[in-house]
Amino acid sequence: MSEARQDILLGIRRSLKRGRLDMVREAELREQIASHRRNLVPARAAALGDRGRVDLFVAMAEEVQATVTRVSSPVAVLEEVARYLVAENLPAEIVLAPDPSLDDLPWDERPLLRIRRGRAEAGDAVSLTPCFATIAETGTLMLISGAATPTTLNFLPDTHIVLVHADQVVAAYEDGWDRLRSAGAMPRVVNFITGPSRTGDIEQRIELGAHGPRRLHIILINDRRIAGDGEDK
Amino acid sequence: MRATSHTFEANARTGLANPILQRALALMQSGFPERRRFAVERLPEFEALRDVGKSIKDHTLEYLDFYLELFEENVVAGDGRVHWARTADEARAAVLQICRSVDAKIVTKGKSMIAEEIGLNEYLEQNGITPVETDLGEYIIQLRHEPPSHLIAPAIHLMKEQVADTFRAEHRALEPGRSLVEARQLCDEARAVLRPQFLAADVGITGANFLVAETGSSIIVTNEGNGDLTQTLPPVHIVMASLEKLVPTLEDAATLLRLLARSATGQEFSTYTTVSTGPRRPDDLDGPEQYHVVLLDNGRSALLGGEFQDMLRCIRCSACMNHCPVYAAVGGHAYGWVYSGPMGAVLTPSLIGVAEAGHLPNASTFCGQCESVCPVKIPLPKLMRHWRGRQFTGKLNPPVYRAGLCLWAWLARRPTLYHALVELASRTLGWLAGDRGRFRTLPLAAGWTAVRDLPAPEGRSFHSLWVERQKAGSRQ
Repeated sequence: MSEARQDILLGIRRSLKRGRLDMVREAELREQIASHRRNLVPARAAALGDRGRVDLFVAMAEEVQATVTRVSSPVAVLEEVARYLVAENLPAEIVLAPDPSLDDLPWDERPLLRIRRGRAEAGDAVSLTPCFATIAETGTLMLISGAATPTTLNFLPDTHIVLVHADQVVAAYEDGWDRLRSAGAMPRVVNFITGPSRTGDIEQRIELGAHGPRRLHIILINDRRIAGDGEDK
Repeated sequence: MRATSHTFEANARTGLANPILQRALALMQSGFPERRRFAVERLPEFEALRDVGKSIKDHTLEYLDFYLELFEENVVAGDGRVHWARTADEARAAVLQICRSVDAKIVTKGKSMIAEEIGLNEYLEQNGITPVETDLGEYIIQLRHEPPSHLIAPAIHLMKEQVADTFRAEHRALEPGRSLVEARQLCDEARAVLRPQFLAADVGITGANFLVAETGSSIIVTNEGNGDLTQTLPPVHIVMASLEKLVPTLEDAATLLRLLARSATGQEFSTYTTVSTGPRRPDDLDGPEQYHVVLLDNGRSALLGGEFQDMLRCIRCSACMNHCPVYAAVGGHAYGWVYSGPMGAVLTPSLIGVAEAGHLPNASTFCGQCESVCPVKIPLPKLMRHWRGRQFTGKLNPPVYRAGLCLWAWLARRPTLYHALVELASRTLGWLAGDRGRFRTLPLAAGWTAVRDLPAPEGRSFHSLWVERQKAGSRQ
């Protein structure tokens, strides 16, 4: 144990006018943590039904200059990718997250689209990734790192395209934590991404594309029995 | 860095006389406060969240030793390392030792106030390592060899023309005749210049907005994405954090994140909120191979349990300075060290001593705006008052000032005499002012009358009017 560590802990206890916590109190605090008790969660998204939640996610994401296209099935995804690249005058060349969920897309129907699977390298212009969940409250994407989802894809290319399934849209950050905990261990990185990169450091004028992607395009797939079935609360 | 807080009065005069700074500050006043108000009005739970935020921080501070140990336990379990540093010296040494262990030449840096506090850049340079700031504002002031003038917008004291001049002077490899008129062009240039540095860096250093005990994670919040490139690309990631950044759980972090962006820039959520837990996993394709957290005390543990403990709740949002009339008049550099505005006026004397920074808690109108916008309800005016008290008991004010205070205190403790004198003084002043009702000049009050008229008392004191009114009321 380092001397600095010991000194700091002793200093804290001296200031708080007590010794080390007893085992009972420590156990209580550990239990409190393990209960994952939520603090106050705003009603904005929590009070919505499935469709309202997806609509809120889209509205909030668009408010921060993300673009969103809704498609009705995974088959339509590549059509939308191709349309977007042409519309934004981008090269037909993308680096893909090596994620099995993306392998199911009909890539061979798009011979003009050059794809590479892996992490992003300097010079990659466009990336395409899945996401772990999205947060309706603020239009936020929740991405996690892993063998199939390298983090560089989220930051190095100028354009980041993200596939979102409608049933991935949750109300609040706390719902994201719950999903993460039930998925297993804490990943190395959780990225919450709300719109494309920006800065206000020069005269407080917001400019997009400071260091991360200039464009964030979300393709929202309404492929589950979640949208349009009129069962909103 | 060497503090110039003791020359606050001169610094403030310099700030007031600087037309560029005054234009920049005017821009700030019409920006941050307005956007914050809009964001707060949009979230009905905001006020209630402030109370929750306060109680999360209070709880954590009450058990800080426990949460720090738990945090360390979880960092170590995730193959990271924690370096405890009592002082700035120890923190700098820890960073240097990690850099040397990988023979680092270039270190990229996300924004870290702790790194500013310990003067890390200067130290790394002295030891042959090149630190490169990557937050646009921090990069600009690094090129200009200036300290930050604001918590979240370090170059807020500059207009785009100064930035253009700086870039022209420093980016000598670029075409000298290029256009640098728009903010857009400046951002693009910084992006292009810094991208190779991100890729070449051997170590990436970031700050931390929060540390999560439950998972051993560090959280950074940025808008540019510079922090993420800084911590993802190089083989080593060092997190610089002070003790009070701890929160118990991810749920607690979520609550404080809801308060942070709204209070800071008026955003619903910052563009990038990144939760990092340990180094690259065996099957990861990217990410750092080493993850270090340097935990800095530097006087904070001594604030626990005392009258300044409340200050340790601070989440560095900058709302207090964005709403401060003093900050808006003189700018952040006048405060003479790393932290400015009301939070700086309380924290700076705690960290570098009230003898050096005694002017700062006096540079306040006590309007109370800072406290009313603070997301974790730090009673900043009260804490400034504590510093004034300590200055007095420590005999740190000038003798004339102290004599004046003693005289006033002597009077204030004798209400009958006090009221009689106030009544006499106000009648005399009222009579002297005559029909004009104000004074252009007045002996002993030149500090006031040099720049504005002093309105004359109308002849009666508030106290005597109040007494009269109470009597009239009780008769009815």
